[in-house]
Formats: sequence, C-alpha cells, structure tokens
Amino acid sequence: CPPPDSSDSELELSTVRHQPEGLDQLQAQTKFTKKELQSLYRGFKNECPTGLVDEDTFKLIYSQFFPQGDATMYAHFLFNAFDADGNGAIHFEDFVVGLSILLRGTVHEKLKWAFNLYDINKDGYITKEEMLAIMKSIYDMMGRHTYPILREDAPLAHVERFFQKMDRNQDGVVTIDEFLETCQKDENIMRSMQLFENVI
Amino acid sequence: MAAGVATWLPFARAAAVGWLPLAQQPLPPAPGVKASRGDEVLVVNVSGRRFETWKNTLDRYPDTLLGSSEKEFFYDADSGEYFFDRDPDMFRHVLNFYRTGRLHCPRQECIQAFDEELAFYGLVPELVGDCCLEEYRDRKKENAERLAEDEEAEQAGDGPALLAGSSLRQQLWRAFENPHTSTAALVFYYVTGFFIAVSVIANVVETIPCRGPARRPPREQPCGDRFPLAFFCMDTACVLIFTGEYLLRLFAAPSRCRFLRSVMSLIDVVAILPYYIGLFVPKNEDVSGAFVTLRVFRVFRIFKFSRHSQGLRILGYTLKSCASELGFLLFSLTMAIIIFATVMFYAEKGTNKTNFTSIPAAFWYTIVTMTTLGYGDMVPSTIAGKIFGSICSLSGVLVIALPVPVIVSNFSRIYHQNQRADKRRAQQKVRLARIRLAKSGTTNAFLQYKQNGGLEVGLEVGFPRLGERNRSAFQQQHHHLLHCLEKTTCHEFTDELTFSEALGAVSLGVCTSRSTSMSSQPVGTSSLLSSCCPRRAKRRAIRLANSTASVSRGSMQELDTLAGLQRSPAPQSLVHSRSSLNAKPYDGLDLNCDSQDFVAAIISIPTPPANTPDESQPSSPDGSSSRASNTLRNSNM
Repeated sequence: CPPPDSSDSELELSTVRHQPEGLDQLQAQTKFTKKELQSLYRGFKNECPTGLVDEDTFKLIYSQFFPQGDATMYAHFLFNAFDADGNGAIHFEDFVVGLSILLRGTVHEKLKWAFNLYDINKDGYITKEEMLAIMKSIYDMMGRHTYPILREDAPLAHVERFFQKMDRNQDGVVTIDEFLETCQKDENIMRSMQLFENVI
Repeated sequence: MAAGVATWLPFARAAAVGWLPLAQQPLPPAPGVKASRGDEVLVVNVSGRRFETWKNTLDRYPDTLLGSSEKEFFYDADSGEYFFDRDPDMFRHVLNFYRTGRLHCPRQECIQAFDEELAFYGLVPELVGDCCLEEYRDRKKENAERLAEDEEAEQAGDGPALLAGSSLRQQLWRAFENPHTSTAALVFYYVTGFFIAVSVIANVVETIPCRGPARRPPREQPCGDRFPLAFFCMDTACVLIFTGEYLLRLFAAPSRCRFLRSVMSLIDVVAILPYYIGLFVPKNEDVSGAFVTLRVFRVFRIFKFSRHSQGLRILGYTLKSCASELGFLLFSLTMAIIIFATVMFYAEKGTNKTNFTSIPAAFWYTIVTMTTLGYGDMVPSTIAGKIFGSICSLSGVLVIALPVPVIVSNFSRIYHQNQRADKRRAQQKVRLARIRLAKSGTTNAFLQYKQNGGLEVGLEVGFPRLGERNRSAFQQQHHHLLHCLEKTTCHEFTDELTFSEALGAVSLGVCTSRSTSMSSQPVGTSSLLSSCCPRRAKRRAIRLANSTASVSRGSMQELDTLAGLQRSPAPQSLVHSRSSLNAKPYDGLDLNCDSQDFVAAIISIPTPPANTPDESQPSSPDGSSSRASNTLRNSNM
C-alpha cells in the first residue's frame, strides 16, 4: 500500500489513516469469531498500514497469484464488488464483511454476491456484454500458455452456454431470480459452494 | 512470493466463489489442511535474549530453519522456548526478515559473520533486500578479493620449496619469476640488470661528441663513430645476453602462447630485434637511413627495467587503466589548439614574412602559448593577432593549469561512477532474473505438482508421496486455487514448450478444417487433437498427466496382473470412448464441459505401450497411487 504523502497528510489526515470500527461491532456484523477477526486484522494492517487498499494496490496483490496471465481486469471487477460504498478504497470493514459472506454466508447470500460481481453496473440485470467482459477477464488470467490453446471466441462461447443455461425466458438478460433458481437446481454448483469454507 | 501475499491468499480463494456459477466442470475439493490451532506466540531465546513472535510469522518461509520442523530440535521443553546459542544481534535481522519480508544487512557487522548466521538459519544470501544488496555484494567482493590475495601470497611464499618432482623447466621458470629463491637466480637477475644499464648507457654515450686524436682540424665526432668497434662489441654482448635470456624464458614458460603475448616479452623482442635487422641489412645508403631509425628502438631496453622494479609496473598499470580519461583530456586540448591555431592563422594572414604560414604551423605557437612556455620563435605581429594571442595564453592558463587537478579528480570520479553504473546494470540483470525466477517458480511449482499427479481425485486421502512434504499449506492452497481456475475455464496451464508444440500441431493444418464446425470447444479441441494428431497429442498428454504416463510406462502389464478384473474391461471402453469421440456429432451446444469425456481423452491417448514418455517417471509408490486413481476413474466411466 502506498505510504501517505506527507504533503497531503495535513489536509486528508482523516481519510488517509483509517481506523476500523470496534471489534465488537465487527463481530456483530460478520460471522467471524473475535480471534479470527484479530488474526485477519493483523494481516491486513501489516500489508496496509494506512488501513485502506486502493484499486492499484489491489490489482497488484491479486496479480501475484496469477503470474501467468493478466489479472488486472478481473481484479477491477472484484474491487468493485468488495467496495460496497463505492468510495474507491477497500477498508477493513468492507474486506471483512465481504469475506464473511463468501466464507460463512448462506448459499443464497453467496449466490447474491456472485450476481453482484457479474452485474457490473449494478442495475439488477446481467447482460451479455457484462458477462462477456467478466468472462474475458477470467480467461485473461489464464495467460497464453494453456492447453488446449485458448481460442479467440472461447469467452464468447462460454457466455453463450451460460445464457443458455441461466436465461429462462430468453429475453437476453439474466435477472437475480433466474440466476438463483438455475444455480440452486445445478448440483455441481451447489456442491462446490462448500469448497471454501475452511479457508480461514 | 512475498510474505505479505500469504495474508491475501485466503481472500483470493474466497473470491473464487465468483467463478462457481461459471464453472463448467466441478471444482476440485480443497486441500485438507490440518486444523490450525489458532495463532500462538512462540518464544525464541537466542543466547539469553528473548524474542517473541507469532507462529504464523515464522511459518511464512517453510524452507528455513525457523519455518520448518527443524526448529523442534532446538526446543527446550523445560522452559517452553526455542533456544539458539547464536549471536542475538544478528538474530534481530533474521527475525525482521520473517516479519517484513526483506532481509537487511547490518552495516557495522562483519560480512563473514552475517553470512554464517544466514547459512545457519537457512536463509539464502540472495534474499538480501534491494536496499542493502549493493553494499552487501561490495563488501563480500572485497572480502573475497582479500582472501584471494592472502592465498596468493601464501602460495608465492611456498614457492621456494623445491618439490621433488619438478622438472628443470619448472625450476627455471620459478627462478625467473622469483629471483630470491636461489643464489643462481639472484646472480642472473643482477647480471641482466647490469647489462641493461650498460646497454642504455652505451646508447647514450655513443652520441656524445669526442675530440679526435689527430691534430687535424678538430672534427667533433660522436663517440660512436670514433670507437665503432668498441661500441659494436658492447652492443653485441648485450644483445647476446638478452637473446639468451629471452630464449631461456621462452623455454621455461608454462604457457608459451601466453608468454609470447605478454607485454614484457614484446618489450624484449623490440629491444633485440633492431640489432638483428641491422646485421642483415646491407650497408646501402637508402636503407641505412631506415636502419638508423631502428636504433631508436634500442631505447626500449630501458623498459626491461620494469621486471626489476615494482613501481614501474604499477605506473604502467595505472596509465593503462586511465587510458580513456587521458584520451579525453587530449581530445579537449586538441580542440582548443585547433580553434586557436585557426584564429591565429587568419589573424596573421595579412602580414608578410609571417611565421604563421599555415594552420598546422600555428599549432606549435598555440601549444607553446597555452602551456605558458612561450619560446618566442613564433610571435604575432598584427594587433588582432596579439589580441588573440593573449586570449590564447590566458585561456591556456585556464584550460591547462587550473582544471588539471579538477580533471584528475573528475576522471577518478567518472571512473568510479562508470564502475558503479556497470555494477548496477549487472545487478539489474540479476534483479530482473530474480523476479522472473519467482514468477516462473510459482508456475513451475504448480505444473510440476500437476505432473506428479497431484490433482487426482481421491488421492488426497492416504498416499504419502515423495516431494509432497515440501509443499507448504500456502502452496497447497494456492495450487488448489489455480486448479479451480482451470476447471472454470476448461483450459489448463502449461509451460511454454508444450504451448509452442501445440501451436505447431495446429499449424499443421490437419485439424483446423474440422475445428470451425465445433462449438463445444475445449472438449472438442482436445479430442480432435487426439484423433487427428495422435502422436503429438500423445506426447502432450503425457507431459500433462504424468500419472497416466506412469500407466503407459509398461505398467500396463503390472496393471493387468495386479488390478486384473478392474482393468480388463477398460481398454475396450477406452477404444469405445475414442471412437465415440470421433463419431460424436457436434450438433448443438455442449452445455457442460463433460469431465468424463475430457478425462477419457487423456487416458485413451497413451494406451499403446510403444510410446516413449520423455518425462522423468515417478517412482513406484506414485505409480501405485495413480493406478488407484485410474481405476477409480474408469469405474466412473
């Protein structure tokens, strides 16, 4: 995380150094135990002494996990999904609330979070363009050296398949209800939802 | 990967929930990480000073002493702490490395001691952070050089010890290089020195005018012409000695080519060659002029003294190393000279009987004036000439006298700066290589893990595998994350080699005709490649799924004997699946990437046992475990 600029510090002291809400409040908002929150915060604070993550730092961090490809676009979408209040930075609260949904939430909540991720403009509908952007960013993370060779229309084909499956009334957009309904009927998806429970 | 990144891994994995609705294959199960008992504080006692840190901090680097189970050897059960009998001041830096991910080099400590501590705690010296890296390497180099010098001095000191088996040649060479070894060498050393001096003095005296003996009009003749025989004898004697010495050195030299190329031998050759050339040149008027010029080279004999004087050698070396700076000085001087000479020439052009006949003629005036010599043989007469002449001499003072010390120090600074720039460039290469290595390291670790059949379903239970214990929890989870991404996109990570091969296969043109009709891509492509380019796809598949390669390695027979019933129906089903893939009508869209077909494509390829897998084969425990997995898979089919 970039260190606070000394010239700005007098003006923006309140925003540059961010303190999270109290431990008890966070515990009430999320499903983590006190110890887990402490451990999470220690790690977070170690990485970002200022208490917030801006988009560039986030992209940098996320890209380190996918060295072969380009993870910046997907990191951008992820950042927007995590940054609930849309102020351009992820605070510890955003971080921990998002994690709570992903790791300890109900299936319904997780699916809603995923829908929120795909819905780029947050209008309640996933259009083909939005889905294509998301899909392209995911395929970008694979990089060039894949087996089988990544073709140009792979994301588009994937998007077509997705819409075939999800778009019940064939109106070209996927609403939250269609999404939830289809996912809850799919065995694979339901089974994989339990995958990441023991991440923390 | 940086230490801090480990903190974000759970976050990245949690974010993978976003891939779930898009995944076309079922995602692999998470690695069974043993239940972490919540973070605890460890106490590390280093020679009485207690350091306390979180266990997770130490676990960030599992290849080091503190991060692995090796620290259990130092655990003191009575006090409940880890005791190390080492330097506590150095340990501070080691521990800070775990905390911040950067290893700093202490300025006031001996670099050797620091290295030893790093080696003890299992830290590689390359981990030193960028901020301290330059200084660290400098000090190490200094140390290494000093040690090398000490060793050389020791060896040189050992020289005199005459080894029993040394040949005459080696003794001779040693005598030449170290005159102090024996009295004979010393005598030889002084004799040659004496003869060099004699030769040089003779050359000098030869030109002094001596008065002729007879009462003829006293013709002043140089002594060389008066006593030609005496001087010739002296010259011959010296040259004979020098030739003998040169031939002896040539004979004794361990590496004749290198000796021939060395500066000293060149000087020797130049010193004696004119004499021999003079012998064979006929006393011809035209040629004798050239012959006389050759005598000038006899003065080079004085350089032979450099074998006798250490100081001369050092001077020569210094000049050689400062050659570029001196060249620059000369160039700037030349520029000034040319400018002023031109100006003076044109200023004095009008005068008749002027000395400034041309610009090159004015060079002499400029040099003499600028160096404030002022011989007065060339003097400007016009007013403009005098004005420019005075400007020339003033600027000469400035150009030469003042900046010479500044230039000297400038050159020394530029020299050091250049060295530092080169060093930085070399280090940049190293730094870039480190970054690249780290990047490829992560990828390679994942690919290696895949090749070892690590992603097999059902293998997570039970079978301990060689190399498995080297994977930390972090690595396991990271690989799981990458595997999830593969399954989401139905593509796999490969390395460059495989990718370029695949490119080559596609460009063959055999497969492209059919590929356009395909809509279910990943399955189609893989099966298509398997059907039309069986050999190439075979090799690729072998590289990818080494577990199945171990199957193909001739353990087909083992399988038949051991797995018996379970295996025998498999070949038919494999054949069926292969043919079915070929015949499969590619109509409509394949909604899910059917994992079974994908797997079948992989397995069906290495069925013929004649292929030669070119990967290193895993040992038999792997074979057996992968066999189990294959039987599992076949039953799914």
